Amino acid sequence: MSEFKTLAHEGLWKNNAALVQLLGLCPLLAVTSTVTNALGLGIATLLVLVGSNVTVSVVRNWVPKDIRIPVFVMIIAAFVTIIELLMNAFTFGLYQSLGIFIPLIVTNCAIIGRAEAYASKNSPLLSAWDGIMMGLGFAAVLVILGAMREVIGQGTLFDGAELLLGEWATALRISIIDFDNQFLVAILPPGAFLGLGLIIAVKNYFDERKKAQAQPDPSPEKAPRARVTSLT
Amino acid sequence: MIFASMKKNGAILTAFALVTTGSVALVQQLTAPRIEAQEKNHLMQTLTQVIPTSKYNNQLYLDCVESSAPELGPNGPHRIYRAKLDEKPVALLVQHITPEGYSGNINILTAVYNNASIAGVRITQHKETPGLGDKVEIKKADWVLSFNGQQVTSENDSRFNVKKDGGEFDQFTGATITPRAVVKSVRAATWYAHQNFDALFAQDNLCQQETL
Repeated sequence: MSEFKTLAHEGLWKNNAALVQLLGLCPLLAVTSTVTNALGLGIATLLVLVGSNVTVSVVRNWVPKDIRIPVFVMIIAAFVTIIELLMNAFTFGLYQSLGIFIPLIVTNCAIIGRAEAYASKNSPLLSAWDGIMMGLGFAAVLVILGAMREVIGQGTLFDGAELLLGEWATALRISIIDFDNQFLVAILPPGAFLGLGLIIAVKNYFDERKKAQAQPDPSPEKAPRARVTSLT
Repeated sequence: MIFASMKKNGAILTAFALVTTGSVALVQQLTAPRIEAQEKNHLMQTLTQVIPTSKYNNQLYLDCVESSAPELGPNGPHRIYRAKLDEKPVALLVQHITPEGYSGNINILTAVYNNASIAGVRITQHKETPGLGDKVEIKKADWVLSFNGQQVTSENDSRFNVKKDGGEFDQFTGATITPRAVVKSVRAATWYAHQNFDALFAQDNLCQQETL
C-alpha cells in the first residue's frame, strides 16, 4: 500500500480518532444531538486539522524540539479562532447552536496528537492528506452518532440543516417517526455515550471477523492498544 | 550556552506568537462588519417577532434605553427598545432574565403596551432540558403565544401563574419549573414596563449611534 492509502486506512478506520484513539470526546458527545450540529462541528474540526497539520509540517524544520508544543498550541489556537470567527460571520445560526464547543476544538487532542505524531515529521502534502483523512474519520463518526441520536430522539433527520447550508436545505429535513414526546435519553448526554459505545462495538465486531477470516487459528493475544503518539 | 538557546527559543516563540495573533487579528478585522450585521439582523428578527410591524414606524434597534431594575432579573443593565408610531410612544420591548429556570438563566424578550397588555414574548436564550423545558421556545411549541394580548392588572396578578399554581398558563408535562419561571419573569417585567412607561420614554436614546 502506498503512503496515501495507508494514511486513508488509518484515519478512516484502523486508527480512527473517535473510535480507536477515543480523542475529542467532549465535543463529540456534546454536539451530536442532531446531524446538522454534528456535521458543522465535523467540518470545523476537519478544517482546523488540515490547517494545523499543513502549518506544523511547513515550519517543522524551524521549530526546536524543546518548544514545539507551545508553538503547535499557538498554531492550533489561531486556526480555531479563525474558524470560529468565520462561522460567526457566515453561519450565524449554526454558530449559536454549537456555542462553546467551537473554542473547545482547541482541546481536541486528536489535533495536537496528529501535529505531534505525524505532521512534525512529514511533508506538507502527506500531512494535509493525513489531516483530511483523520478529520473525515472523526466527522464520519460525529455524523453517524448524530443521525442515530436524532432519529431515535426526535424522529427526524437534518432538522435545522438550513443553519449550516442555507435556505434551500430546509427541504432536506426528513420526518421519520412522529413522537408526541421526544425520547429524551437519546438527546441527553447518556445517549451519546451509549451510541458511541455501540458504534465502537460494531467496529470491533468487523475487525474481529476480518481477523478470524485471515488467520483461522486464533491464538490468545493481548488486546491491541491505540498508538496516539510515537516516541521521539 | 543555556542563555543562547533561551534567546533563540524565545525569539522563535515570539515570532510565532506575532504571526498567529496577527492572522487572528486580520481575520477578526475582516469579519467584524459581517458579524455585527449578522447580530443586528438576528436582533431585528427577534424584535419584529414580538410586536406587529403595523403598530410602529421607527427603527427599533436605533431606539433604546437601559435599566438595571431588579424586576428585570440579574446581570443588568438590560436593554429596552422603544416602539413609536409617528414619534408617539407605543410599546416597550424589554429584554429580561430569569435565574429561576431549571438550568441556568433564561433570556426573555417581552413587548408591552402602555396599558400593561403584552404584544408578544420570545425566549431568546436558554439551557433548559431538550424535549421538556425547551417547549418555551417558539421553534418547539406554540406555548409562548399564549401571552399575546394578556394584560397584567397588578403586581401580583394571580392569573399570571402556571395552572398548577392557580394561574392561567399551561405547564408542560414533566416540566413545571421552566414555564413557572418564564411566567413570573414576564409578569414582573411587564408590570415594571407599565409602571415606568413614561419615564422610560423620557430617557435619552442610547442606540442612536448604531449603524447597520
